[in-house]
Amino acid sequence: MSRTGVFVCHCGTNIAATVDVDKVAEAAKDFPGVVFVEQNKYMCSEPGQQAVKQAIEEHGLDRIVIASCSPRMHELTFRKMLTDTSVNPYMLEIANIREQCSWVHKDKGEGTDKAIDLARMAAAKVDRNTPLYTSEIPLTKRALVIGAGIAGIQAALDIADAGYPVTLVEKEPSIGGRMIMLDKTFPTMDCSACICSPKMNEAGAHPNIELRTVSEVEEVTGYIGNFTVTIRQKAKYIDYDKCTGCGLCEVKCPSKVTSEFDRGLTQRRAVYKPFPQAVPSKPVIDATNCRKFTEDRCGVCQKICTVDAIDFEEQDKLVKQEFGAVVVATGYDLIDWGKLYGEYGGGAYPDVIDALTFERLVNASGPTEGHIVRPSDGKEPKSCVMIKCVGSRDPHKGKAYCSRACCMYGAKHAHQFLEKIEGSECYVFYMDVRTPGKGYDEFYMKTLEDGATYIRGRVAKIYPENGHYVCVGEDTLSGKIVKVNADLVVLDTAMVPQESAGEIGRLFGVSRDQDGWLNEAHPKLRPVETNTAGVYLAGTAQGPKDIPDSVAQASAAASKVIGLFNHKALESNPMISFVNEVNCRGCGDCVGVCPYGAITLETVERRENSVKVMRDIANINSGLCQGCGACTSACYSSALDLKGFTNEQILQEVDALCL
Amino acid sequence: MDIVNLSVSRAKNNEATEAVAAKAGVNLKDCYQCGKCSAGCPVSHAMDIMPREVIRLLHLRCWEEVLEAKTPWLCASCVTCVTRCPRDVNLPSLMEEVRRASKAAGKRPVKGPSVFDTLFLKGVYQNGRSNELYMMMKYNLFSGHLMQDALSAPHLLFKGMIGFKIHKVKDLPDVRAIMDRCLGGELP
Repeated sequence: MSRTGVFVCHCGTNIAATVDVDKVAEAAKDFPGVVFVEQNKYMCSEPGQQAVKQAIEEHGLDRIVIASCSPRMHELTFRKMLTDTSVNPYMLEIANIREQCSWVHKDKGEGTDKAIDLARMAAAKVDRNTPLYTSEIPLTKRALVIGAGIAGIQAALDIADAGYPVTLVEKEPSIGGRMIMLDKTFPTMDCSACICSPKMNEAGAHPNIELRTVSEVEEVTGYIGNFTVTIRQKAKYIDYDKCTGCGLCEVKCPSKVTSEFDRGLTQRRAVYKPFPQAVPSKPVIDATNCRKFTEDRCGVCQKICTVDAIDFEEQDKLVKQEFGAVVVATGYDLIDWGKLYGEYGGGAYPDVIDALTFERLVNASGPTEGHIVRPSDGKEPKSCVMIKCVGSRDPHKGKAYCSRACCMYGAKHAHQFLEKIEGSECYVFYMDVRTPGKGYDEFYMKTLEDGATYIRGRVAKIYPENGHYVCVGEDTLSGKIVKVNADLVVLDTAMVPQESAGEIGRLFGVSRDQDGWLNEAHPKLRPVETNTAGVYLAGTAQGPKDIPDSVAQASAAASKVIGLFNHKALESNPMISFVNEVNCRGCGDCVGVCPYGAITLETVERRENSVKVMRDIANINSGLCQGCGACTSACYSSALDLKGFTNEQILQEVDALCL
Repeated sequence: MDIVNLSVSRAKNNEATEAVAAKAGVNLKDCYQCGKCSAGCPVSHAMDIMPREVIRLLHLRCWEEVLEAKTPWLCASCVTCVTRCPRDVNLPSLMEEVRRASKAAGKRPVKGPSVFDTLFLKGVYQNGRSNELYMMMKYNLFSGHLMQDALSAPHLLFKGMIGFKIHKVKDLPDVRAIMDRCLGGELP
């Protein structure tokens, strides 16, 4: 006969205001198997926990029901509490009489009735609980960081500095991401390259960091502590062990291609380093544009290379590596505004550019050495219009969210434009100016002081007239329709997730929101974790943010990884599926429904009616199984069951409620 | 409504706008258009545009509109707005300069205050102080409201609040020097 203790929590007035806790406690005394009932104002507090421990000793309880808040909130707290007692931590059930009862009901009578029902069900279930024990699973202390922008670099450096090896995977030929494309960074106006390239070099040279550029993650198996990841190392056609990075091949290459790094403002060669400060500081060959591959001619780079580093025969390599944790830092792209905004010329006007292109124009190491010119005719623009929220805060055409960084980089661009071109005018069309950051609003005020005219309203259309672009909008502060004759128009376009984020999310089982950003486990309390244990998020892969926030999140993700690696081994979750082999008919339906790939069919030898037969039987990998229960409901013969949520336990609950 | 071409209005009116702001000791860029001035203004009910809008029009370099607005002439210089302004914009001082610019441009959007302004300054310049009786009489004459407040005159005379004697200050040249300096030599 079980000896159950029921503890009813008031949660201050959270529960007690809507549920008559005295009545619940009184009713609990009559539940089958209940030998002790107590109330407490806060069960989760130290005195509350002590009361449970005391009751276990005094009344010889062997299982516990706590009627309180959601198990998501405090189940772990109470399990930990039970580890010092004679009661197994899994001989515990939580009746959620707060989130599912007091918070959703107004009528005290009905709330109380429901609380009693919930407590009765929990008492019935706990009656059939069995002790469960965790086991240890080994942990590979090597981290994978996907994406080597500033967030990925920061996370990799932090983990590597803590003494753990890191593999940093980047799909582009150089690390550095978006930040290395920028000229200056708000609000301090320190040069982006000056603060980013030391970090890039450090990541490139760190003994604990293995850099894999021009690489992509192809396949993932395993679970927290034991991921097996296949990385496709794409052919660079250059042997990096031999290459000295002299750059001779780049000079001699005859194929010219539009430079992605310079946002189409200049051209690069088919064998190229995207920018001079690239890490690794060695070129790659772009096979789609190289004449050796397209026409089977040329090969001049191979002829002149003094160290014989060029190998046109190189193939993609698949590298399989083991990792204990993963940081996803896939970053952002800009929305394709040309398709969406016909009223802004749809990309047909050469001097209507996006902000990243403006960054290249204004960048001292950019194609114009920081001299701002119109892309169409190379002339210095005298007036500039900046339009914010292009694609952001526009659910009809673009995205409903705010891209967060635009207000500040818009102010920075206005400041730079006015500073670099004497006697120039700058108009900024905005919806709201959002400057929540240290020194941010002061920076915006300084931009106003510099002479930027801020017009509250969206530009309705842009059309060319007499060599400039006329921007028409309403100044909603004065109610006037205004026009500006602009030489250059800069669109502060919305951030969108990198296309590859979808595939990465799918590979690691990380969900994405309606806009494609990877979802964190909890928006407030678990901002860098994902719902897949051992996979963390850093930077703009999770949502739009600026550099300080990206770096902060990267360090946070790194600290989570370091915290994980500081464990000797991982504790397994004992609430997983198990197979009753006698009942299993080997149909394999469970294999298909398992989202974690934890079930396989195994052929075993059985003796049936004194005859040896070979039978297929489901086998569960206890490391992979997350205890979701999908297999138990798919199993026709009820051979699969879930520890802690057995069919018997669930039916007991149903009986307690309905009979 | 006319569409304002900001590039054109800036080219045309930038200097005039900045000059008025400079004279008033106001940095127009300080104003971030929160509207606290308009909301607290005790005479805003009589104004054609809100005090905030005066600054907005100056931001947009809509100079002519500012010169023709009634608002600067209705401003009582009570300084409630400055006291409350988060950015410390001296709006009454700006209104004063706009009034002068408006007068210089030959505009007179509101008759009464404009007449009063001229007569008051002239009076003070002549005698070093204002002589109420003559001030009132002249105002009624020039504003066209001949009998305005006339019935109060006997009572005020009887109580000694006003009188026929013209009072002058002792150091008239000193007062005039102050006025010359403040008005930049532009006498009304």
